[in-house]
Amino acid sequence: MTLRSTFRRNGVAAVVLLTMLGATVSLGAQAQSAGGPEPATWNSLKSDVFGQKTIEPADGIISIEAPKRAEDAAIVPVDLHFKTDAATGRLKAVTLIVDENPSPVAAVFQFGKDAGVTHLATRLRVNAYSYVRAIAETEDGKLHMTATYVKASGGCSAPAVKNPDEAQATLGQMKLRVFPSNAPGTESMTRATEMQLMIRHPNNSGLQMDQVTRYYIPPHFIQGLTISQGNRLIMSMEGGISISEDPNFRFEFNAKPDEDVKVDASDTKGKKFQDEWPIQSSTL
Amino acid sequence: MSQPTRRSVLKTGALFACCGMAHMRLARAQMVEGGALSVTEIADGVFAFAGIPAMMLARNQGRICNLGFIVGSDAVAVIDSGGSVAEGKELIAAIRAMTDKPIRYLINTHMHPDHIFGNAAFAATGATVVGHHNLPRALEARGEFYLKSYRDSMGSALMADVRIVPPTQLVTGEQELDLGGRKLKLIAWKPAHTDNDLTVLDEQSETFFTGDLCFLGHLPTMDGSLRGWIAQLDTLKAIKAKRAVPGHGPVPAQWPQGLEPEERYFDVLARDIRKAIADGVPIAKAVKTAAQSEQGNWQLFTEYNERNATAAFAELEWE
Ligand SMILES: [Zn+2]
Repeated sequence: MTLRSTFRRNGVAAVVLLTMLGATVSLGAQAQSAGGPEPATWNSLKSDVFGQKTIEPADGIISIEAPKRAEDAAIVPVDLHFKTDAATGRLKAVTLIVDENPSPVAAVFQFGKDAGVTHLATRLRVNAYSYVRAIAETEDGKLHMTATYVKASGGCSAPAVKNPDEAQATLGQMKLRVFPSNAPGTESMTRATEMQLMIRHPNNSGLQMDQVTRYYIPPHFIQGLTISQGNRLIMSMEGGISISEDPNFRFEFNAKPDEDVKVDASDTKGKKFQDEWPIQSSTL
Repeated sequence: MSQPTRRSVLKTGALFACCGMAHMRLARAQMVEGGALSVTEIADGVFAFAGIPAMMLARNQGRICNLGFIVGSDAVAVIDSGGSVAEGKELIAAIRAMTDKPIRYLINTHMHPDHIFGNAAFAATGATVVGHHNLPRALEARGEFYLKSYRDSMGSALMADVRIVPPTQLVTGEQELDLGGRKLKLIAWKPAHTDNDLTVLDEQSETFFTGDLCFLGHLPTMDGSLRGWIAQLDTLKAIKAKRAVPGHGPVPAQWPQGLEPEERYFDVLARDIRKAIADGVPIAKAVKTAAQSEQGNWQLFTEYNERNATAAFAELEWE
């Protein structure tokens, strides 16, 4: 799958096109249940992202939580929970979209075959009053959508990097936290483990103009990310500028004890970042 | 220092104290019609306007932060331009009611709209805009967003004149401005409230304009680095001054006692967030409870505390 981004200036929403999908869309009335207005932007955006493919209601397969109001426009926490069954098959991919952002597709996550990811939390930039939506693709090829409406922050909160000098100085540093499981007696090979991956990166939008050259500063963000354990893919991400600075992913998956967790990331300047952490069974 | 006699006209309270309430009401009405901000002379040649503790709205024309100006024997320096061109023009009117000396400098204490949206009003005065060396970059990243988002809260009529006017004279470390026998000491701080905080010390009267490095009453807002802000509090306290003009809150304020409330808030916020991080509490949950014990101590607490907690969490997670 490839992800191309086009930035249309002058207030017109830029669109990230995904070539992975094609086909018809039925406008889901489900979006309105999220307490927001008619999703006009989405209606024009969805065919750019998903072609004509039908998008069904989430029906419990995927659910989304985000604050009703974006307190800090640069850091809006969003939580996704997944629940699949034998009928739908496992979750293959999830696309996270902020309708009203200059580059609406925040990220496309793909999950490893036996990763068993049940929860994924990250942080987004939210520029304006907007739907934040997640579209899951199940193994049967169907799409399932959930959405929530987020009001933009008031006051002087902007979706910009707070401390660009420090962001440059610490670029690419990573941190992995493993949260101890509180599930005694579960089968150690299949129990869900919660981890949090943090990467230092400005994830800069590039939408500002260099006052000297009058050119737009090129965007600089984490484009690709792969998290694996041993030889297994846990998940990969193709990201855009709507992911907050210092990209942060907290997720639950079926960890195996004594296999290293490895992260590979790359940004739009071609920089590669890599790190590895041993996972002892005692920490799981 | 010689001052035109009309300088006392707008000195709040001083002239009208003996004249009774009827005159005071009349005087206030005239001030509004005359379009001059009601400034107080807090030290000889040092004037300040106290903003109201509120969000920037059409009805308050963005007049929410404290502003000031200092009159030297040759020229005037202005500290912040206000939250709209309308407010900036009223500030110019207040200056002109006190002195005819040229406005040589417009000093921006940092990037936030309530402090800089009035910049365009000063274009005709010929004032040089002075700011922290990081201010142009910060405005490049946020200017368009500020203009767009405040059209919603302040209305397009008020926002029509607002321009992002970046500083052309930049301050790294310290810089002195001379108003003619009157020196102002400018200090560019490391990331704290923002990454472009600048303070102004009038050495003659020992009056310290803190910008938003000091909040009183109005909950401090976090848009730079909580750790950086806490780390620089001792250096701030060591600035020798008889009085301060905080970015928000009563004017003048005691110095350095004016820093105590925010220092307490920062400590509580950092303590609560650090505990949440250590306990593995997710950000979305942690920000709901952090620093709630401070609620009764501040104006605009519900408007800003969760935002502060969110920024603090993302920063302190890297410790
Ligand atoms: Zn401020």
